[in-house]
Amino acid sequence: MIDKLSLLILIPLFTALLMLFAKDKLLIKRIALAGAVLQMFYSILLIVSFINSERSSQFLFVKSISWYKTLNIDFISGIDGISVSMILLTSIVVLAGVLVSWDINERVKDYFLLLSLLSIGAYGFFISLDLFVMFFFLELAVIPKYLLIAIWGSGKKEYSAMKLALLLMTGSALILIGILLIYFRCETQTFNIVKLAEVGIPVELQRISFPLIFTGFGIFTALFPFHTWVPDGHSSAPTAASMFLAGISMKLGGYGCLRAAAYLMPQATVEYSKIIVLLSVIAIFYGAFATLMQKDLKYMNAYSSVSHCGFILLGIGMLNHTSINGAVIQMISHGLMTALFFASIGMIYKRTHTRKIDELGGIIKSMPFIGSTFIIAGLCSLGLPGFSGFVAEMTIFIGAWQNEGMFYKVSTIIACASIVITAVYILRASAKAITGKVAKEEFENLKDADFNEKSASVLLIIAILLIGFTPFLLINLINQDTFIISENFFKIITSK
Amino acid sequence: MNQGIILNIINSTFGLSAIIFFPFLSFLILGLSGIKSFKKYASFIGIISILATFILSSIVALEYFFISGKTADGFVKITALNFEWLKFSESISLNVGILLDPISVMMILIVSFISLMVHIFSAGYMKDDKRIKIYYSFLSLFTFSMLGLVVSTNIFQMYIFWELVGVSSFLLIGYYYQKPEAVAAAKKAFIVTRFADLGFLIGILIISYYSQSLDFVTIIERLTGESQYLNSSVAVSFLGVSALTWALVLIFIGGAGKSAMFPLHIWLPDAMEGPTPVSALIHAATMVVAGVFLVARLFPVYSLSCPAALDVVAFTGVFTALFAALIACTQTDIKRVLAYSTISQIGFMIFSLGISGYGGESGLGYMASMFHLFTHAMFKALLFLGAGVVIHYIHSNEVKDMGGLRKQLPITNLCFLFACLAISGIPPFSGFFSKEEILLAAWNSNKTVFFIALFTAFLTAFYMFRLYFLIFWHNKPSNSKSKAESHFSMIIPLLVLAVLTIITGFVPFGNLITSDGKILHSHFHFSFSIIPIIVAIAGIMLSAILFKTKSNKTENLNLENLLKPVKNKFYIDEIYIFITRKLVFSLVAKPAAWFDKNIIDGTVNYSGELTGKVSEKIKTLHSGKTQGYALWFVLGLIILVLVFAYIFY
Repeated sequence: MIDKLSLLILIPLFTALLMLFAKDKLLIKRIALAGAVLQMFYSILLIVSFINSERSSQFLFVKSISWYKTLNIDFISGIDGISVSMILLTSIVVLAGVLVSWDINERVKDYFLLLSLLSIGAYGFFISLDLFVMFFFLELAVIPKYLLIAIWGSGKKEYSAMKLALLLMTGSALILIGILLIYFRCETQTFNIVKLAEVGIPVELQRISFPLIFTGFGIFTALFPFHTWVPDGHSSAPTAASMFLAGISMKLGGYGCLRAAAYLMPQATVEYSKIIVLLSVIAIFYGAFATLMQKDLKYMNAYSSVSHCGFILLGIGMLNHTSINGAVIQMISHGLMTALFFASIGMIYKRTHTRKIDELGGIIKSMPFIGSTFIIAGLCSLGLPGFSGFVAEMTIFIGAWQNEGMFYKVSTIIACASIVITAVYILRASAKAITGKVAKEEFENLKDADFNEKSASVLLIIAILLIGFTPFLLINLINQDTFIISENFFKIITSK
Repeated sequence: MNQGIILNIINSTFGLSAIIFFPFLSFLILGLSGIKSFKKYASFIGIISILATFILSSIVALEYFFISGKTADGFVKITALNFEWLKFSESISLNVGILLDPISVMMILIVSFISLMVHIFSAGYMKDDKRIKIYYSFLSLFTFSMLGLVVSTNIFQMYIFWELVGVSSFLLIGYYYQKPEAVAAAKKAFIVTRFADLGFLIGILIISYYSQSLDFVTIIERLTGESQYLNSSVAVSFLGVSALTWALVLIFIGGAGKSAMFPLHIWLPDAMEGPTPVSALIHAATMVVAGVFLVARLFPVYSLSCPAALDVVAFTGVFTALFAALIACTQTDIKRVLAYSTISQIGFMIFSLGISGYGGESGLGYMASMFHLFTHAMFKALLFLGAGVVIHYIHSNEVKDMGGLRKQLPITNLCFLFACLAISGIPPFSGFFSKEEILLAAWNSNKTVFFIALFTAFLTAFYMFRLYFLIFWHNKPSNSKSKAESHFSMIIPLLVLAVLTIITGFVPFGNLITSDGKILHSHFHFSFSIIPIIVAIAGIMLSAILFKTKSNKTENLNLENLLKPVKNKFYIDEIYIFITRKLVFSLVAKPAAWFDKNIIDGTVNYSGELTGKVSEKIKTLHSGKTQGYALWFVLGLIILVLVFAYIFY
C-alpha cells in the first residue's frame, strides 16, 4: 500500500496528526520542524533513487489506486524529472518557512497545521498523474492560504485574503470546466494524464479546453491581467505564507500549465502560442515598471514576482526545448529566490516594524547578516551569474531567440530589457533601505538574525548557488522530460 | 604542440585553473569566515593568493610566448581547458574554459600584476579600516572576475564574468556604504553598465543565432571568410543595416559601457567614491579595459566581415578621447582629473582598434592599441596609487587643499612625475612608444583622426601637468605637516610601477601581439615622432607657465564663463537625469503603476463589490465574511449546470 510517493504525502499528514495531539507550543513547533526536515531528506532520497533508476518509461514509480471507480478516477502517482525537482523545491521552501515561523505565538497549532496542509496539497499536486486528483490537491492548497492571510496577516488582510481566494477560485473553476470537458468529450472518459497523452485529445476540443485550463493555471502563476491577487496577497500574508505563496503556490500554476495544458494539448499550445508570448511579455515588462514605483519592500517583491513569473510562461510560449528548460529552471529559481526575499523582508519587518523603503536605511550596519541576505536575494533577482536566476533567464533568452520571425525577436528583446529595470529597482531599494545612512536611531541596535533565521537563509542560498554554479545537474534531471514536451510542438510546427 | 619541459606541471590544467581560482579561494575564505576571525591576516591572505596567481601567470606567459604558443606561423590559440557548463541546445552550449592567445596571456599578466600592486598598497592604505576583510574579499572577487573574463573561451562565459566584474565594482565602489555618495555612485556604475550589457546580451543572441555557436574560435571561424553562416547573417537586414553589423555594434555598446565611452562614461568619474586603490584597479587593469579587450577578441570579425561596425568603434573612440580630455582640463578633484584622463586614454585604445586593418602592416593599430593598454596599465596604476598617497596624507581630494607637496612627499613626487611624463608621451617613458604607434597608425589610415588625436595628446600633457604642478609645486603657505612618506607597503608598489613605467616602452610588442599572430616589425620612426613630442612639450610648458607657481594669471584669464559647460561635463549627467527621472519614471513607470492600481485592480474590486451587493440579498443564508464564497458557489453552480448542459448537448 505504502509506496515511495504516497509516503511523500504521508509524512506531512503524520506530522499534522502528531501536532493535533500536542499541547505545548514549543513541542508543536518542534514537531513541525522535524516533519519539515524529514520531508526534505525524503525528497533528496527520492531524487537520488530517481536518478539511479532506469528510465524505462516517462514516469517512474507509477502506482495506481482506484479512487472512484464509476467515474474512472484513480489516484495515480508517478514522477518525472520536472516533478521531482519541484518536489525538492517544495520541501526546501517548507523547511525554510517553518524555520522563520519560529516566533509565531498566536494560534500556533492552527498555523502549523495549515502549513502542513499546504505542503500536502503541493506534494499531492506534483505527484498525481490524474487531472481530477491534481485538481483536488490544488484546491487543498488554496484554502489554507486564505486562512493564513486572514488570521496571521498584516495590513488590509481580510481584503487581500478575499481577493486572493476569489481570483484563485476563479482559476480553479476554469480548470475544473476544462478538465470536465476533456473527460466528457473524449472517448476514453478518463482523467489519466498518461492515457490522455497516448490517445491524444481532438484538436477541436483542445481549442476550447486549452484556454480554460491554461488561464486557470495561469492565474495561479500571475498571468496578466489576472495578477492582481499577487501584490496584495503576498504583502498581507505572514512571512512563511508569503514564502509558500510565491515559492510554491505560483509554481503549482506553472507546473499545471506545463503538464495539464502544454503537454496534453500541444496543437492548441502551438496555435495560441503568440497570445501566451504576448501576455507574458506584458507581464514581464509592465510588472517590472510597476515594481519600480513600489514603496513597500513586500509589494516590490510581489510585483517583481509578476515580472519573473512572466518568464515561466514566456519559456512555455516559445515552444522549443531550450526555452522550456528555461521555464522549468525559472520556476525553481524563482521559488527559491523569492522565498529568500520574503524571508529577509520578514526578518527586517520583525525588527524595524516597517517595510517602507523610505523609512528604512543603513540597517546593514547593525544587521550584517540580514542585510547581506537581502542583497544576495536581490542579486539573484537581477540575474547575476553564479545565482540561479541567471541560468534560468539566459536559457529562456537563448531558446526564445532561436524562433524565426520578428514577433519572437522583439518579444525577446523586450524581455531582455526587463533585466535592466530589475537592476534599477533592486538597487534603488537596497541602496536606500539596506545601505546608506542609518535612518533612525533605534536602527543602530537591532539584533541580527538568530540561528533559525540564519539556517533558513543559508539553506535557500545554498540551493540558489548550487543551481547557479552547477546548472548542468538540474538540466540533466529535466532534459529528457522537457524534450518530450518540446518534441510534440516540434512535430506540429514542422508538419505545417 | 611543443610543450615546455620544466613547466609541464604548471602548464597542466590544474596550474592554469589555479590562476583563476586562487583569488576566488581568497574571496571565499575572507568573505565567508566570521567577522572577527583572522582579520589581522586579511591582507596577508589576499596578497599571498594574488602573488601565487601572479607567479603562475608569469610562468604561463613565458611558456606561451617563448615555447608552446610560438609556431612558424606566428602565435596560435590554445584552448587549454574547456568543459560544457550549460547546454542550451544540440549546437549551442555554454562552455567554460581557458583560452590562451597573445592578448589573453598579456591580460592575465597585467591583471594579476596590477592587482598584486593594489593588494600590497592596500595593506598600508586600508590598515585602520574595520572591515578590511570584506575589502580584501571584494578585491579578490574583482580580480577573479577579470581573470575569468580575459581567458574566456566562450562569448557567454565572457558575459558571465563581465557581469561579475560589474557587481564586484559595484561592491567596491559602494564600499563605504554609509556614505550616500558612495552608494549612489555604486548604483550608477552598475545600472549604466547593466544598461550597456543589454546591448552585449542581444548582440550575443544575434551572433549565436547566425553562427550557431558561442565559442570564440568557432564564431571567428564561421563569421570570417566565405561561409554559409556569414552569408546568412549579412543577407538579413533590419532598418537597412545587416544583422551582423547590428550584432557587432550592440556588442560594442556593451564594451563601451564598461570602457566608459561617450555617452556611457558617466559612471566612471563618480566611481572614485570607492577607496583609492580600488580606483587604481578599475582604471588601470580591470574594468575599463574590458571593452577594449572585447573588441580585440572579436577583432577578426569586426575587421574582415563588418568594417561599418569598426567605423562606429573608431569614431566613438576618437570623440571620447577628445571630449574627456577637454573636461579633464577643468576638474579640480584629483581623482576626477585622473578618471577623465582614463576615459581619454581608453578612447585612444578604442579608436586605434577602430582604424586598424587585419594582418600585416595595416594591423598596426591593433598592435598599438594593445601596447597602449599595456603601458597605460602601469602608469595609470602609478598615478592612482600616487594620488592615494597624497589623499591619505592630506585627507582631501581637492587640489586646492594641496600644493608644494614635493617637499613632504619626495618619492611620491618623483613617481608621479614619471607617470605624468609617460602619459604625456615624452621619451623614453613607456607612454611615448605606445602613443607614437597609435598616432602613426592614425596617420596611415585617417588624417582627421590623426589631427584630433594629436590635439588630444596636447591636452593630455597640459591637464596632467596642471594636476602635477597644482599638487606638488604651486607653493602654498605649506601646512605644517612633517615630511613623512607613507607606510612602506604603499611606497614599494609605487617604486616598482615607476621602474616599469620607464622600461615597459622597450618591450618589442610587434613580436608578441599582433592582429593575426604573425610578427609585425617595429615601425619606430624618429622623424615621425618629432611632432608629437613637440606638441607634448608645448602642453607641459603651457601648464608650467600657468600653474607652476602661484600667480594671478589663471584668475586673470577669466575663462569661467567660456569653460562653464566644460566644467559641468557638458551637462551629460543632467541629460541622463532628465531622461530617467522625467521620461522613464513619469511617463512609463508611474502610468504602469497607476494602471495596475486603478484599472486592473479596480476591475477586480468592482467585481468584488458587485458580489458583495448581490450577496447582501442572499445574506440570510450566510454570515459576513463568506459572502464571497456564497456568491461564487451559486455562480459556479449556474456555470456548471450550463457547462454540463453544453457537454451533454
